[in-house]
Amino acid sequence: MTGYKQMTVVSGKGGTGKTSVLASFAALADGKVIADTDVDAANLHIMLHPTVLTTEEFWGAKIAVRDPEKCKQCGECERACRFDAITVDDINEYACEGCGLCTLVCPEKALVLEPALTGDLYVSETKYGPMAHARLVPGAESSGRLVTMVRQAAETIAIRDGLDTVIIDGPPGIGCTVTAAIADIDLALVVTEPTPSGIHDMARVLKTADYFGVSCAVIVNKADINEALSDETERVAAEHGARAIGRLPYDSVVTEAVSAMTPVVEFAPDSGVSKAITRCWSDLEQMLKSL
Amino acid sequence: MPSVAANSPAPLTISVAAGKGGTGKTLVSTSLAIELAYEYPDKVALLDGDVEEPNADLLMPTVFEDSQPVHILVPEVDAEACIHCGKCAEACQASAIAKIRDVVVTFHELCTGCGACAYVCPVDAIAEVPRKVGRIDRGIAAGSVEFTQGRSEIAQQHTGSVTSALKAHIKSGKVSIVDAPPGTSCPMQETIEDSDYCILVTEPTPFGLNDLKAAVETCRTLSVPHGVVINRDGIGDRAVEDYCKTEGISVLLKIPHERRIAEAYSRGETLVLAFPEWRGPLGQVFDAIVEEVAQ
Repeated sequence: MTGYKQMTVVSGKGGTGKTSVLASFAALADGKVIADTDVDAANLHIMLHPTVLTTEEFWGAKIAVRDPEKCKQCGECERACRFDAITVDDINEYACEGCGLCTLVCPEKALVLEPALTGDLYVSETKYGPMAHARLVPGAESSGRLVTMVRQAAETIAIRDGLDTVIIDGPPGIGCTVTAAIADIDLALVVTEPTPSGIHDMARVLKTADYFGVSCAVIVNKADINEALSDETERVAAEHGARAIGRLPYDSVVTEAVSAMTPVVEFAPDSGVSKAITRCWSDLEQMLKSL
Repeated sequence: MPSVAANSPAPLTISVAAGKGGTGKTLVSTSLAIELAYEYPDKVALLDGDVEEPNADLLMPTVFEDSQPVHILVPEVDAEACIHCGKCAEACQASAIAKIRDVVVTFHELCTGCGACAYVCPVDAIAEVPRKVGRIDRGIAAGSVEFTQGRSEIAQQHTGSVTSALKAHIKSGKVSIVDAPPGTSCPMQETIEDSDYCILVTEPTPFGLNDLKAAVETCRTLSVPHGVVINRDGIGDRAVEDYCKTEGISVLLKIPHERRIAEAYSRGETLVLAFPEWRGPLGQVFDAIVEEVAQ
């Protein structure tokens, strides 16, 4: 139906090198839009230096707000709330799920749900192509909805400019933001590392992707830290129906590239890790075309 | 060398968090718990609150003794009784129940279990039934650490109820170390909000600094005292240390970038188990926190 393919890079476990790999893909790929959906700890902009073209306010999840004038402290709200978020004299905005039950049970209509301004959505230009990203106010409620908005902004650009690919940096974990980042994509790329946690967390994200019917590929980063576990990682990936497309060597040049705020394929194009990333990208490009 | 000291540790709840994932949060939380349990046997609890990706048990020998499911109540609509008024769908903020023509459909993965739909139903056509959203596993780690782990079910959107169930296991009279999920949004906030102190683990790179700043802002918003552990010290630059200095944030510990630490981690051995020389420095981290909280 759509003229473009979408790939999200996820990891389950954080810090496996997801953003470093994606920044290099951004430098290698032709005709793409870039999206950073790790709205909670967005880092891709550090590597790609976007110039912001448009900013849109993000009004996040609603929370309960009380009018102290109307409240008679009857305690109906406190008894009804299942998240221990409200008492007769306080509302815990971190515990509040914004479900609105308290507003329904309050006999004085002293409670209402109000959205809060929790972030900004940006459409930017980078030397590698257009980019959609966001900034969440620290301490604000995160949201799958902000992830969806970033993706919609990226897709709008892909349609407008007739681009082939949307490459998306995803959040860690397997919760609501990950679900939003992989919904209806063509391919999830899991960047993992050969450690017990890396394998465990990869398996959970592969199961999550499978639940939503998304095909997966796997890259083992820092593979030479533990070759035996790299084999095990690829075996577990295959067991979950994911294709292992390559291994990247551990190389301090990757960290140097982060410090230089430059994709490693540009920072050290002749390094082993850059060559391996370039090979992975050409495989992924083929995979995306064939999907 | 377990101590026979009968004295009790300051019964603090210390969360270990990080804006950026993969900075060594679990390496620090497990090592701190193990070191304190050497000093204060049976007085230390470790709670793994990274419920989407719990893996503290993979870094230390753990014997699980008990597993309890975590349930929320989700709606089940009696199609016979339903009059298709649509009030339930109107009340639901999570889009977990919808009226499509004459049928009411539910999407249990999206349900937060708040009960608003059942409350507004004028004909009592909605029954609330338990749905498993995760589990709490309990056991003993590394000999004498009381270990509790929360684990969300695959494809479960709302992990808050698993976090709440986990936090119910924080007991007074013990030191409780809580491993928080990465990031700075709701899962992380819910985990750290009642802590006496929060250790923020970071790495000395532009990514680490960027995410540390967001985590510090979050701690400040929640009024949780906090300090920093710099992991993989030496890989990047001095910007994280300069930032901490400017902001008056204690740097509690620096763990150097060493391939042997990474290799031990990849074998499933946390810092103090692989390298006992780190026991002293971790004990000092606790002492520094006790002092900072007392002030």
